[in-house]
Amino acid sequence: MFKKINNALNPSLRHPLDEQNKRTNKVALMIFLAIVYVFAILLDNVLPANGITLMLIPVLRKGAIYALLCVSMNLLNGFTGLFSLGQAGFMLIGGYVYAILTIPQASHAAVYQYFDGGIFQFSVTEVFGNVLGPFLGNVIGAIICIIIAGLVVAVFAALIGIPVLRLKSDYLAIATLGFAEIIRAIFQWNGIGGITNGSNLLRKYTNLDNLVWNVGSLNINFGTTFAFLIVTLCIVAIILMINSSYGRAFKAIRDDEISAEAMGINLFKHKMLSFVISSFFAGVGGALLAMFQTTIQAAAFTSAMTYEILLIVVIGGIGSVSGSCIAAFLYIACNEWWLRFLDSGYLGSIPVGFFRGGFRKVIFSIIIMVIVLFFSRGIMGDKELSFTGLLNKIKQFKNRKALKQAAEKEGE
Amino acid sequence: MSDFIQANLPYILAGISVGGQYALIAIGYTMVYGILRLINFAHGDVFMAAGLIMIFATASLPMYISIPLVIIATVLLGVVIERVAYKPLRSAPRMSVMISAIGVSYLIQNCALYFTGGLPRTYPAIPWLSDSITILGATTKRVTAITPILTIILVLALVLFIKKTKVGLAMRAVSRDFQTSRLMGVKIDTVISMTFIIGCLLAAIGSLLYFTNYQSVTPTAGAMPGLKAFVAAVFGGIGSIPGAVIGAFLIGIVENIIKGIGWTTFSDAFTFVLLIVILMVKPTGIFGEKNTDKV
Repeated sequence: MFKKINNALNPSLRHPLDEQNKRTNKVALMIFLAIVYVFAILLDNVLPANGITLMLIPVLRKGAIYALLCVSMNLLNGFTGLFSLGQAGFMLIGGYVYAILTIPQASHAAVYQYFDGGIFQFSVTEVFGNVLGPFLGNVIGAIICIIIAGLVVAVFAALIGIPVLRLKSDYLAIATLGFAEIIRAIFQWNGIGGITNGSNLLRKYTNLDNLVWNVGSLNINFGTTFAFLIVTLCIVAIILMINSSYGRAFKAIRDDEISAEAMGINLFKHKMLSFVISSFFAGVGGALLAMFQTTIQAAAFTSAMTYEILLIVVIGGIGSVSGSCIAAFLYIACNEWWLRFLDSGYLGSIPVGFFRGGFRKVIFSIIIMVIVLFFSRGIMGDKELSFTGLLNKIKQFKNRKALKQAAEKEGE
Repeated sequence: MSDFIQANLPYILAGISVGGQYALIAIGYTMVYGILRLINFAHGDVFMAAGLIMIFATASLPMYISIPLVIIATVLLGVVIERVAYKPLRSAPRMSVMISAIGVSYLIQNCALYFTGGLPRTYPAIPWLSDSITILGATTKRVTAITPILTIILVLALVLFIKKTKVGLAMRAVSRDFQTSRLMGVKIDTVISMTFIIGCLLAAIGSLLYFTNYQSVTPTAGAMPGLKAFVAAVFGGIGSIPGAVIGAFLIGIVENIIKGIGWTTFSDAFTFVLLIVILMVKPTGIFGEKNTDKV
C-alpha cells in the first residue's frame, strides 16, 4: 500500500524507461569522471610540459574550484531563491582557516615575521606527516583542514544567518554583502595579527603541488586529482541534497514563499539549512582556492569576487548544477587562457593597437551583459545536462534532418 | 567634550565634507529604489566614471568647458544604462534586474581598467575649490567648507522640485504605486529617465567634490563610496531624500572620527555594522514607510 503511494508520488518510479535512463546517465557520468581522473593524473605526471599542458593544469584546477564555488552559490541563489552576496567573505574565512592550520612550524617565523611567529605553533599536515609520512600526511591533513575550514564557515554562516535570513530579497543581498566586507576588515586587522598575519599575506602552507607521492625514484603529483576529487565529492553531495525532500522544500520556497509556508514548510529552518550548507561548501572552495594560489591575502576577497561568481552562475543558468560547472570551466579557460591574446597587443603576429591590458575583461563584461539581457536562461536554463538527454537531442536533430530531406525530395 | 572636538576637528570637518559627498550619491540610490525597487549597483561606478571623464576632459580642454561636459556625459551615461540594461527587464523578476545592475557595474569597472591601464590617475586641481583655507585653526581645502553648503542647497532645490512641479508629482505617484500611476496616464519611461538624470547629475557634482578631496581615481574608486551611500539611503529609509542626506552625513562623520581614533581598518566596517543594525531594528529606516506584503 505505502509502496503504491510512494510510486504515485515519485515520478521517477512511474516510468520504467526513466529509471533506465537514470541508470544509463549514472554509468555515463562515472565513465566520464574516470576519464577525467586518468587524464588529470597523466597531465600532472606523464604528459610533456609544453605550452598547452602548462596552461591546462591551472585552468583545470581553478575551473574545478570555481565550479564548486558556483554550485554552492547556485544552491542558495538558484535553488532556494535567497539572493546572497556573501560568498567572498565565506571563501575568505575558509581559505584563512585552512592556511593557518597547515603552515609548517619551521615557517612560522618567516610567515608571521611582524607578529613574533604567530600564536598557533603547529601544523595539522605536519602532525599527520610525522606519523604517516609526508605524502599521506599532506593528503589526510589537507582533507581534515578543508573539512575544518568548511565547518568553521558553516558556524559563522549560522550566526550571521540568524539576523540576516529574516530579511527580504535585496535587503538580504546588501546585508550579506555588508557582512562579507566586515569579515574582510576584521581579517586585515593587526589586533589579531598573531592568527591572521594582519594585512600581510599567508604563504608556505600545504598547497596542491605539495601532494606528491614519492615511490622509489618515482614522484607522482596528485595536485589536479586532489582538487577534482574534493570538488566531485562536494558537488555530488549538493546534488543529493537538491534531489532530497529538503531540496524540494528549497525549490518550493524559491517559487513562492507564502505557499511554501502554507504547505507546512518551516521557512526559517530551511533557509538556514540552505545558507549553512552553501556556506560550508563556499568555505571548502575557499580552502581549495588557497591551496591553488599558494598564497592568500584578505584584501583580494572583495565584493567583485562575489560578483564574478554570481555572473558565472548566471552564464551557466540559475538553477542548474551542470550549467554552473560548464560555465565555470568555460569562464576560467577563457579568462586565463583562450582570451589572453586580447591583452597581448597582437592578433596572431599582427599588432592591434586596442588589444592591450584589460581588453579581455571588457569583452567579457560585454558578453555577460548580452547573456543577462538577451539569454537570461544562460547555457542550461534550469535543466541538467545528461547523457540520454544529449542522445535524444542528437536523435531529434537527425530525425529533423531526415524529415527535411524527405520533404525536399517530395518537393522535387 | 570641547577638547575632543578640538583634537578631532580636522576629522570632523573631513567627515562633514565626505558626508555631503555621500549624500549626493545616496540621493541617486534612494530615488531609483523608490521608483524601480532596484538597488542600482552601477551608481557608484557611474560616480567613478564621472571622475575619469573629468581627468580625460581636462587633459585637452579648459576647466570651464570640462566641468559642464563631465556633468552632461555622466547624465547621458546614466540614461543610456537605464535604457539598455534596465528597461528591457522591467517585467522580469527583481533578481534579474539586480544581476543586470551588477553586470553593468562589472562592465564599467572593466572599461575603466582598460582606459586607465589599471594605474591610479591623478584628479586635476579645480582652481578655486582646491585652495587651502583655515577653519577654526584647522587647515583644509576650500571644498571641505563648500560641500555641505552646496549639498544642502541642492537637496532643498530637489525637494522643492519634487514637491512643486508636475514631474515631481509624477515621481511621487510612481514611487507610491507603479501600476496605478501608469493607468492614470503618467509616462513611466519619462519619469524613470528623469530619476536617472537627477541621480547622475548629483553623482557628477558629488564626484567633482569628492575627487578634489581625494585626488586619485582607480577603477574601483566608486565601489566603496557607492556602497556607503547605499547604506545611507537604507538608514534614512529608502525612498526618502532627507533620510538619505542625514544618513550620509552620519556615516561620513562617524567614519572619519573612527579614522581619527586610529581604527582605520574598521572605518569601512562601521558602515556595514550600521546597515545590519538598522536592518535588524528598523528595516524601513528612520523615515521609511512600512510596506506590507500582499498575497
